Amino acid sequence: MIRVEYVYDFVGLILFLSSLYTFRDRANPRRITTGLFYALYGLAFILADVLPPFVLGLMVLAIVLLAGFGGVRTGSYGEASAADREASRSRLGNRLFIPAVLIPLLTVAGVEGLGRIHVHSVPLLDPANVTLVALGIAAVIALVAAWSLTRSTPVASLREARRLIEAIGWAAVLPQMLAVLGTIFASAGVGTVVARVANSIIPHHSLFWAVFAYCVGMAVFTMVMGNAFAAFPVMTAGIAIPLIIGHFGVDADRVAAIGMFAGYCGTLLTPMAANFNIVPAALLGLRSQYAVIRAQWPTAVIILAVNILLMYAVAKW
Amino acid sequence: MVLIGVLVVIVGFALRVNPLLVVTVAGIVTGLLAHESVEAILSQFGTAFAKDRYMAVFVATLPVIGLLERHGLREQAQRLVSRVRAATTGRILNAYLFIREAAAALGLTSIGGPAQMVRPVVAPMAEGAAEAAYGELPESVRQHIRAHAAAVDNVGLFFGEDVFVAVGAVLLMKGVFDQFHIHSTPILMGLWALPTAVAVFIVHSIRLYLLDRRLRRWLSGRPAAASSSGEGVSS
Repeated sequence: MIRVEYVYDFVGLILFLSSLYTFRDRANPRRITTGLFYALYGLAFILADVLPPFVLGLMVLAIVLLAGFGGVRTGSYGEASAADREASRSRLGNRLFIPAVLIPLLTVAGVEGLGRIHVHSVPLLDPANVTLVALGIAAVIALVAAWSLTRSTPVASLREARRLIEAIGWAAVLPQMLAVLGTIFASAGVGTVVARVANSIIPHHSLFWAVFAYCVGMAVFTMVMGNAFAAFPVMTAGIAIPLIIGHFGVDADRVAAIGMFAGYCGTLLTPMAANFNIVPAALLGLRSQYAVIRAQWPTAVIILAVNILLMYAVAKW
Repeated sequence: MVLIGVLVVIVGFALRVNPLLVVTVAGIVTGLLAHESVEAILSQFGTAFAKDRYMAVFVATLPVIGLLERHGLREQAQRLVSRVRAATTGRILNAYLFIREAAAALGLTSIGGPAQMVRPVVAPMAEGAAEAAYGELPESVRQHIRAHAAAVDNVGLFFGEDVFVAVGAVLLMKGVFDQFHIHSTPILMGLWALPTAVAVFIVHSIRLYLLDRRLRRWLSGRPAAASSSGEGVSS
């Protein structure tokens, strides 16, 4: 079976090997701490399955401290000049899109095709993580295609990967740390407090205000947790099930998706959803890390209002 | 008391302290207030880090994307759209919104993504269309277009995926209702996701139309590509 851990090992290897260049990057004023950051991050990826959680937690703490006190900087990456890029672009033309398009196509093909194959009744791909495994395989095949198309070496692609990784910088670790925080918030009972507060504010005789509290509560709690999946069980158990479904007798199928969507409006608004909002800003070289949220907020607010009215209409109907 | 961790996050983000530090301190504070030992908190850090490695799997695609960028992928994407006269920034992003949302609604959430599609292809195309019409773009306009390209990727993904029955979100919703012995049907839950999915497409398409109008207001009166024909594409 091709396990998802192999994909994590591949990611860890890319991070670790690229850190070897960083240690020698004299253009980086903090090359040692920057190198340590990526080396530890890569090692944590690879060793996460064998190290005890406490030791891994210490590594994570070291990674955070290196980045948190300004130890992660950028250096020089020997980028191709505009003339070089233009020369190979005019030579390769639209064939440049082939490896890029191979990634999504092979991922889909892998999920639909390889995901169903069993060898000696063992599934070929890790059944719990079919998409991730398929994405990993697709990335490797696309890499081989890119090597042969551009006649480049693996070393060249590693250098280019380092350029992109360091463009993202410490923001790459943020989504995982926020997920950690979400887990700790959940186990400390932050959600039940939020649901209790929301429940005590709304007038119990009004369907509209129950719907309003559920949708806004989903959005706000998602902003706190950075994840609508964490907000849904809490707000649904706290508001939707006792009031909208229980008291007013609305069909659960009708409110579920709209409630979840109200949460997604919160996802569009919060830096806590770093993998959607902060990492892309870094990846696109945006000066403000909040630039993506700024582009999203009008849609998020309008759709939240639409969701409230829609759920109310659907509940009344 | 448990809300102090939330307060730490809000104050930390507002004061622009490094978010990694803010998040870590908030986690430790919340854990300590819940009477957990330091060792237990750090173990939670380790366990959650290992579990949530999937969030960084896009790094596996960076060697390919980086290599293609070095050989002119972004320039080729710009060039491709500059030849299509009907292509504007807003229309390109609108087309991508449709592809992203429709694909997600069919369960194909891996089509797209900031590292695989937005940075190497969609953002250069959106910038290239504006460049073909208005000439060299000021950096602030470039940033604005790129932010919108990333936003389209998120909006399309989020509001498309709940329509598809077998996706994690729908299964999670069913799981929650099952706990309370409430009957729910995944097909119907996906069906009631459709109105919002359509509304999102309409609202965001209008905003992309307004983006085109904004770009015209900001940039028209500047030398257009027509006057320097054929040389509009430069990096």
